[in-house]
Amino acid sequence: MKFIKLLLAAAFTVSASAGAFAGTLEDVKGNGELKCGVSTGLPGFSAPDKDGTWKGLDVDVCRAVAAAVLGDAGKVKFVPLTAKERFTALQSGEIDVLSRNTTWTVTRDSSLGLNFAGVNYYDGQGFLVKKNLGVKSALELDGASVCIQAGTTTELNLADYFRGNKMQFKAITYDTSDQTVKGFEAGRCDVLTSDQSQLYALRIQLKDPNSAAVLPEVISKEPLGPVVRQGDDVWFNIVKWSMFALVIAEEKGLTSKNVDSMKKSSDPGIQRVLGTSGEVGKNLMLSSDWAYNIIKQVGNYGEAFERNVGMSSALKIARGLNQLWTKGGIQYAPPMR
Amino acid sequence: MAETRKAPPSTRPPWHRDPIIRGYIYQVLLILLVIGFGYFIFNNTLHNMEKRNIKTGFSFLNSEAGFGILFSLIEYNASFSYGRTFVVGLLNTILVSTLGIVFATTLGFVMGVSRLSTNWIVAKVAKYYVEIFRNIPLLIQIMFWYSVVVKLPSARNSIAIGDWFFLSNRGFYTPAPVFEEGFGAVTGAMVAAVIVVVFLARWARKKQELTGEQFPVFRVSLAILIFLPGIVFLVSGSPLSWSIPALKGFNFKGGASFIPELMALLIALTVYTGTFIAETVRAGIQAVDHGQSEAAHALGLRQSFTIRLIIMPQALRVIIPPLTSQYLNLTKNSSLATAIGYPDLVAVFAGTTLNQTGQAVEIIAMTMAVYLSLSLTISVFMNWYNKKIALVER
Repeated sequence: MKFIKLLLAAAFTVSASAGAFAGTLEDVKGNGELKCGVSTGLPGFSAPDKDGTWKGLDVDVCRAVAAAVLGDAGKVKFVPLTAKERFTALQSGEIDVLSRNTTWTVTRDSSLGLNFAGVNYYDGQGFLVKKNLGVKSALELDGASVCIQAGTTTELNLADYFRGNKMQFKAITYDTSDQTVKGFEAGRCDVLTSDQSQLYALRIQLKDPNSAAVLPEVISKEPLGPVVRQGDDVWFNIVKWSMFALVIAEEKGLTSKNVDSMKKSSDPGIQRVLGTSGEVGKNLMLSSDWAYNIIKQVGNYGEAFERNVGMSSALKIARGLNQLWTKGGIQYAPPMR
Repeated sequence: MAETRKAPPSTRPPWHRDPIIRGYIYQVLLILLVIGFGYFIFNNTLHNMEKRNIKTGFSFLNSEAGFGILFSLIEYNASFSYGRTFVVGLLNTILVSTLGIVFATTLGFVMGVSRLSTNWIVAKVAKYYVEIFRNIPLLIQIMFWYSVVVKLPSARNSIAIGDWFFLSNRGFYTPAPVFEEGFGAVTGAMVAAVIVVVFLARWARKKQELTGEQFPVFRVSLAILIFLPGIVFLVSGSPLSWSIPALKGFNFKGGASFIPELMALLIALTVYTGTFIAETVRAGIQAVDHGQSEAAHALGLRQSFTIRLIIMPQALRVIIPPLTSQYLNLTKNSSLATAIGYPDLVAVFAGTTLNQTGQAVEIIAMTMAVYLSLSLTISVFMNWYNKKIALVER
């Protein structure tokens, strides 16, 4: 009996101490690496290149957080996840941050025990069709078969859109985006639907990219951003401000190339960002040069965009909504002071 | 005498040293421990999920699902509830498992008997079939067959079989019966015919047991099954028409369709499980002593009678228990559907629904309960059948 009592007591202690996921910062520092959930391969956002190095806009968020926390953007362990697996992986503590083109919605924010830390890409859902179908608008898609990835907001928007326009459709739901493209390519469906950015990325994966076209309609808002567990505000702040640091760096004209010389800048705003004055780093429970490390090793938001999805990448996506607010877009970071 | 009958002096030890009572105490303690552990796990999970602000409970089953499902046996659209998606997925799982069991059994019995055939080609075909398909992982076979069915021509260039059947990468379209008013009488006639046949068979068996006279049950039954509903059908004015698939827009409309995902999954499950059933059948037949057929031949029974009346009843006793395992395997393997997008329970409910609601614990628990119940149902049925055909020892 004593043994059982002891067992129960021990078990309850375990349950109590594992109560909230506080201390992600300590865990990451202790492990010496950041475990970051990414996609199973989406060019421009998170995909391994031919050397096996992960590259992309979402990957750069992971690298920025690692640079801020560990001082080295390379200390990231990437965990590829399907859309279906991603939230459970974060809830269970398998990963520290989820940066996997994930749409911010109220349901996800309020019922999963997770928090969205901001938006690193403003997206919208669109359609990719075979050119030989002769379809010019999404409103001509009545009766179409649609290939789609399981467990996404896309699945819901699609049903809403067709219902709203009194059209019929058949959804063929695959587990990974790779299977979705294969199904589309084999002609299992007429249309592939996903976030527009992904459509461009998937289109260049087709054997003949010119055989398919992206329709003009954008049927939803898809703000994509990194996600952390609820109840660990220190970590939430770090991820949030690592992302804002990327945007603020672009606003202030700080790049990976000029950041060393800018350290001598007399601009108090730049001094606060680079940690030569003020206590921003200390308040975030990071070193004072956390933002310097991000900019030096990852670059600013504009650099990351250009390199991964912009004109110097294979995707050639225009900045559009993702331009800085000062240049006609809606990328905007609260002031760092 | 009287003295020896007297009860012996009480030698029962005190209760805490009585092995029987101690045995009971240990059993009760063990049960309490198991229940307590289960309760602790349950409570701990709930407590921790609440602490992490993760929603719990089953109320999500009533909220609107809002996503489409490719294929459903019951009415479904995006405005139905998550609870409905559970039923849709469950029915799709049952559909593919049932069809798979029927086809795999048929294929397995044919191949199993063929392996023992004296015809060299037939025996070799069966042998190579078994050796090839049981040694390739099922998932790879599913993907292979799926890549085959999606390589079929597009809907607009579909392969037409007559004017009624169309095969394309959108599926296999067949005419669908449309039941009109008055078809109920035909259904009634069918049921009546079946009942008559059951009684006829019983009567014929009894008659044979009593008098040794045989009655042509099969031919008479077939006649009853065809003519009774047939006459009612004609008398009530042919209350049945056919909806024929026709190409319209992107796809065929009308008729019934078998989606490529179902075809691929069904082919893969049938071919794979068929190999194991074939081996089971072969083992069962070979387990029957050769002397049995020699004795039957000596009695003058024809080969077909020997197999039907002497070999098979004895072989089935050996075949049924492992066959049950194969049925269970097939049912559980059907969850690999998710790899090719067939909307079974795992793909729809433990996939999309789980992800949209985020209530992993509840949904996975429900899904596991379903597979457990399906498997137990099959087990119970097969065990009943096994008992029925078991050797009656007199």
